[in-house]
Amino acid sequence: MIKLPAILSDHGDGVVPPSGPTAWLTTATAAAMAFLAVFALALALASGRLAERWSAALDRSATVRISAPVDQLALQTAAVLEVLSTTPGISAARALDLAEQQKLLEPWFGPDLPLADLPLPQLVEITEGSEGYDRDGLRQRLQAEAPGAVLDDHSRWREPLAAAATRLRILGYLSVFLIGATMAAMITLAARAALAANSQVIRVLRLVGAKDDYIARAFVRRFTLRAAGGACIGTVFGMAAIFVLPAQEDAGSFLTGLGFQGAGWLLPLLLPVLAALVGFLATRTASLSNLRRIT
Amino acid sequence: MRNSASPLGEPRGICLINLENVAFNYGGGDLLSEVSLRLAPGSFHFLTGPSGAGKSTFLKLCYGDLLATSGHVTLFDRNVRDLSRDEMALTRRRIGVVHQDCQFLDHLPLLSNVGLPLTVAGKAVQDSDIKDLLTWVGLEKLTNALPPSLSGGERQRAALARAVIMGPDVILADEPTGNLDWDMSLRLLALLVELNRMGKTILIATHDLNLIRQAKSQVATRVLRIAKRRLQLAGADL
Repeated sequence: MIKLPAILSDHGDGVVPPSGPTAWLTTATAAAMAFLAVFALALALASGRLAERWSAALDRSATVRISAPVDQLALQTAAVLEVLSTTPGISAARALDLAEQQKLLEPWFGPDLPLADLPLPQLVEITEGSEGYDRDGLRQRLQAEAPGAVLDDHSRWREPLAAAATRLRILGYLSVFLIGATMAAMITLAARAALAANSQVIRVLRLVGAKDDYIARAFVRRFTLRAAGGACIGTVFGMAAIFVLPAQEDAGSFLTGLGFQGAGWLLPLLLPVLAALVGFLATRTASLSNLRRIT
Repeated sequence: MRNSASPLGEPRGICLINLENVAFNYGGGDLLSEVSLRLAPGSFHFLTGPSGAGKSTFLKLCYGDLLATSGHVTLFDRNVRDLSRDEMALTRRRIGVVHQDCQFLDHLPLLSNVGLPLTVAGKAVQDSDIKDLLTWVGLEKLTNALPPSLSGGERQRAALARAVIMGPDVILADEPTGNLDWDMSLRLLALLVELNRMGKTILIATHDLNLIRQAKSQVATRVLRIAKRRLQLAGADL
């Protein structure tokens, strides 16, 4: 009993000759792209978390800085605390002692700074209540009660930091998009090269009555599988690399926090699916447009 | 508009392939001009002429591989210019083509190559049908051979088997005996004559006058000649 090769009777890509040693190039490129995409995705997610963390950390706190002659400093500090204690929306306020101020300045001036001999301003830390407080009203009251007091609600710091983190997140997603576009361009080029190299095969197929869709399918299936396979490999290596990064610590929290958390680990698993989709669309488009030109 | 020349072939009635006042060029001067032909079902035609006269081009016009520069080509009552690419593919399934260079997929065995028209058409491939076909052309022992390992005669017979596997209405053969010795040429001719007796329309482009004379002794044929860009009926010497 004569049997046709199974490869001819299934998906039709057996009619195209094997690609030889160049076939792995598409797979390897897809793997490299997926590896980079994992990092770009991790960057985008970490930036998002960072923006939220910075905003949350700074959003509920403020500082009153009192700059006054030494003999008036205690008086104005008391006045400020009195004002703060009667301001609606402020849950707590306390003056930082010398040891706390020393700790704040230690990274810049070292542990032996003689604070008592320096005319440093007094800092008062404010903790905001859930309902918030009237910043402009507080500023006016402080100006009246303690002329040397300045309210710093951290918006100067918070807004640029949050904006920078948001931009970083956008850049991360943009990188994922660009990697996908590069992969699509690469697969398109490879598919066109394959079509050109197999022009004689295509000619034979047209001669025996093959429709464009049949011919394109042979190439599309091949390149889709290569893109998906390569992306699987790249994603696994990328996730492994992210996994072995140091755990998040307070010091250098951004770099050590570059990773996935919880359900975020599932997101990179979408990359092979997206790569397959990109491979499918890129090859199909390239195949059908090329077939219209070369046959 | 050119004046319509008298169509050769079958003057009236049903025709499978109809060329009407066709001209063709590859960008320079016309290679073919004022060509008209009607191929009726069951007819047997030879097309002859010197090398470079346009025999292969003429055949390509007949199966839609080339589009006429002017004039009309109708395949099975459809103007080729009105056919979509998919419709053209479907039309080609009704026309079996035997090329001089055969055009196989060299990485697939003979069995797969002969069954290729069925495969691309999505039809069930009956093993027994292909086996019978390969036996009919005398290649039953070469089912697993790759095309590059076949001789010229074997390739031509395999090409004929592939051309007929879809049960086409028309078979176009371009120099099918060009690379064959006389005995093998006669064997291939016998297969084509047998197909004609089964009702298939045959058009063979060849410069082998002996083959034409041999065919005329077996079957009613018309001999056409391309000369000076025109298609003519050949003289009585053929």
